[in-house]
Amino acid sequence: MNISKEEVAKVANLARLELSEQEIIEITGQLDRILGYVAKLNEIDTKDVVPTTHALAIHNAFREDVVRHSLPQQEALANGPRQNGEAFVVPRII
Amino acid sequence: MDYPGLSIHALKDLLAARKVTPLEVTEAVFARIDTVEERIGAFITINREQALRRAEEAGKQLDRGEGGALCGIPMAIKDVVCTKGMRTTAGSKILEPFIPPYNATVIDKLEAAGAVIIGKLSMDEFAMGSSNENCAYGVPKNPWNREYICGGSSGGSAAAVAADESFASLGSDTGGSIRQPASHCGIVGLKPTYGRVSRFGLLAYASSLDQIGPLTKDVRDCALMLNVISGYDPKDSTSVNQAVPDYQSALRDGLKGMTLGIPREYFGEGLDPEVEAAVKNAVEKLQDAGATVRQVSLPHTEYGVAAYYIIAPAEASSNLARYDGVKYGMRDMDAATLMDMYKKTRSKGFGDEVKRRIIMGTYALSSGYYDAYYKKASQVRTLIVRDYQQAFAECDVLVSPVTPTPAWKLGEKSHDPLSMYLSDVLTIPANLAGIPGLSVPCGISRAGLPIGLQIQGAHFQEEKLLRVGFNLEQRLDMVGRKPDL
Repeated sequence: MNISKEEVAKVANLARLELSEQEIIEITGQLDRILGYVAKLNEIDTKDVVPTTHALAIHNAFREDVVRHSLPQQEALANGPRQNGEAFVVPRII
Repeated sequence: MDYPGLSIHALKDLLAARKVTPLEVTEAVFARIDTVEERIGAFITINREQALRRAEEAGKQLDRGEGGALCGIPMAIKDVVCTKGMRTTAGSKILEPFIPPYNATVIDKLEAAGAVIIGKLSMDEFAMGSSNENCAYGVPKNPWNREYICGGSSGGSAAAVAADESFASLGSDTGGSIRQPASHCGIVGLKPTYGRVSRFGLLAYASSLDQIGPLTKDVRDCALMLNVISGYDPKDSTSVNQAVPDYQSALRDGLKGMTLGIPREYFGEGLDPEVEAAVKNAVEKLQDAGATVRQVSLPHTEYGVAAYYIIAPAEASSNLARYDGVKYGMRDMDAATLMDMYKKTRSKGFGDEVKRRIIMGTYALSSGYYDAYYKKASQVRTLIVRDYQQAFAECDVLVSPVTPTPAWKLGEKSHDPLSMYLSDVLTIPANLAGIPGLSVPCGISRAGLPIGLQIQGAHFQEEKLLRVGFNLEQRLDMVGRKPDL
């Protein structure tokens, strides 16, 4: 096995997903096959190969720190499932 | 006259000659949608009233002798691109109520050019899929045979254009999601160079791979659309500040002096004989046009899918963390604690494939596995980039199939994620290297399903792709062949 049910449950928690026992079993089986397939990458010797995280040589894009137009508060809040006109409202945190 | 069946450039001629008005054209397109949409299912949202108003305004602009390159042309957009005031779902339940407060840059550009946005198109949820079967709002059908998939993830974008429900569309391509459905639906689809088109307002799946591009009825329309949407955007720090050429002037007859590379790894095991025959026939036509052909090698092609299914889910697991029920989209209102709210919202809002990729990506990035998976895949990505650099030292463009087979039957691969992933073997490498890829129709199988030719080029070589595609189109009797609906 490339991945266990326990590992899937742990990772699901990290990803803030709630899975049923049945879903965990299914996903474990599917990920096991996928991880078995991606293990083929180990056929290649990548010693000393620099990783690519970005296909073009782009550097940080800086701009002057000046105030520009931004989304008005009401528009920014408009899609909130629960909001009070000033902020998004969520269940009690503390 | 059958206005919805026309290309954009043919319609532009009629509009310029005042033989038809944008309002008449837009009404004709909605009439077409009313006739065929029930059988195709390409749309998630139809924007009828606003589109008709826009069409009227476009008519007035033309009356005054004004109007941009797409003035009065109706078109629809993959539902992953933000449209101000028009619902944008990404094919997901979690964004069912989401009304973007701003336009993506590509929408601003289309509207500035006078395009009439008629609606939002079906897609695999968050662009994750190759068949458009992972959509919370129904599964579109292939217009050529409705028992078959239209491809994905920009399935609705391809089906709508193939069915003459839209003159063109925008899609997004992370591992083939424009080229593959274009190929399966018998139309033209372009994934531009990474950075050519602004991603501002595109709901991110895998940010280092995603790119927006056009799906059109022919290569000239593709060039026209690309000109409108390309260019540097200060709102996308990965867009590239490089001049945009006039892509239409690249559409010259003849390919003298051009070398086509045939990557031998693209013609291996699993390639459907009919696809192979159609591609070989296309290559002969391109030789007739004056191109020379040589064999080249991209030795790491077979590792592309494995690298992609680590890199893309890793980026997705981070990008999709924002869908947590707080700022937009749906929320599980019964949850008592914050953690409970996150988990219940995400578990109810995301579909199976999205959950699978989030878990895969979180796992690949998690402590203890990062080097074995993410770093390894990123190193293999370097080798794929180098393969292309070597190939493009020997040829101008690479020509190959887009997909190993024509479209498959609905349901055939939907319970086997790995077999679905493997179908993208020929399109994924271009995304890993950030290079452009064009899909142009090159045949129809005995079963009546379209086959596409893929043309890949080095960074910012879109003109060469379009020129080769244009020459193929001139020498094949494909344009104007339409599904019987």
